[in-house]
Amino acid sequence: MSGKPRLTYFNGRGRMEPVRWLLAVADVEFEEVFLETKEQYEKLIKDGVLMFQQVPLVEIDGMKMVQTRAILSYIAGKYNLYGKDLKERALIDMYVEGITDLMQMILMFPFSPPEAKEKNLDSIKDRATNRYFPVFEKVLKQHGQDFLVGNKFSWADVQLIEAILAVEEKVPAVLSGFPQLQAFKKRISNMPTVKKFLQPGSARKPPPDERYTENVLKVLMT
Amino acid sequence: MSGKPKLHYFNGRGRMESIRWLLAAAGVEFEECFLETKDDLTKLQKDGSLLFQQVPMVEIDGMKMVQTRAIGNYISAKYNLYGKDLKERALIDMYVEGIIDLNELLMSHTFQPADKKEQHFATLVDKATNRYFPVFEKVLKDHGQDFLVGNRFSRADVQLLETLLMAEECKPDILAKFPLLQSFKARISNVPTIKKFLQPGSQRKPPIQEKDIPRVMKIFH
Repeated sequence: MSGKPRLTYFNGRGRMEPVRWLLAVADVEFEEVFLETKEQYEKLIKDGVLMFQQVPLVEIDGMKMVQTRAILSYIAGKYNLYGKDLKERALIDMYVEGITDLMQMILMFPFSPPEAKEKNLDSIKDRATNRYFPVFEKVLKQHGQDFLVGNKFSWADVQLIEAILAVEEKVPAVLSGFPQLQAFKKRISNMPTVKKFLQPGSARKPPPDERYTENVLKVLMT
Repeated sequence: MSGKPKLHYFNGRGRMESIRWLLAAAGVEFEECFLETKDDLTKLQKDGSLLFQQVPMVEIDGMKMVQTRAIGNYISAKYNLYGKDLKERALIDMYVEGIIDLNELLMSHTFQPADKKEQHFATLVDKATNRYFPVFEKVLKDHGQDFLVGNRFSRADVQLLETLLMAEECKPDILAKFPLLQSFKARISNVPTIKKFLQPGSQRKPPIQEKDIPRVMKIFH
């Protein structure tokens, strides 16, 4: 046993990508097992390894953790990315949950039917530009600090940079009205562990393509 | 200013109910401000009171908290319902997240269009009895303790009881094959703060009725 956390998921972003981000940014090496067949998935279920018969699964510190938020909270807590007290934690949680709502739209996008795709893309653009990005632009403007919460790098910063890059892949000019977020993106991207994760050859996964969506549907559909 | 937490939502369960349960379980008195019309929501949005333009919103300890999970996390930690360390917290989080998934299924049942209701009901019963309940039945069986985590009352117990009761509202005999969940339900229902919350006149909300759905939808759409 290597002692490194072991991630079990499809070979793509999906719900596991925020976990990869958080571990990478905390400078924690991890291993990955990719689900490629239904048989693999059924074996995991039969072995009793998946508490609610679902992935993501992260084996870490003797636990077989499931449920993305539980996993992320644990990692953030363990690696000091969760603020210094209950109130900072509350702020981080609020920011992360808002960003997660936006990321959920991106997550589901590849699985939407072709006729709905244009409308869904417009929704993503609208929500990012009118609901979510203005909040973080304002937070950064008001305190003038480098990081979202407590003048210290946290889970909220990691989640935000991931979301910014993901939205930009779909809406390239999305940050044009957000100078603080542009500077934030540059600043966080230059942090050593983030920079490393953004380079080719890292564990970061590419945007979902047809091969990815087909694989997911093949493995999960009964 | 009363110092009590103040909850902003419509007069019904929705996404605020689990917060009401947690506060009640912790013995914390709270006030409620009900949204009745779209204008009520718009006013809160224009005030800048809603970080992401959405409710639930809970005014607590000088913060205007939004996002159900963030609020639940804060209350749980503040009132010692979140385990004693990171690992107990991790277990509680896993259980609660699973319970929330089941909760969403249960809550969405009333909102299903007529032609989808039967199929949805079948899915709901299948998931409850094959995916979720067995997990908690086994947890209780394996450790033989009164509470889900760390031999101590926690958020996980509160949220599980809430969901068990909601599931029974959907299908009264849904716990038939789960003896430990039945005794869990009886036991946790008797925790003094919970017992009080389960009595008529508490701030617990009834299930939404189909006739009320158009009125609620008007507030949010």
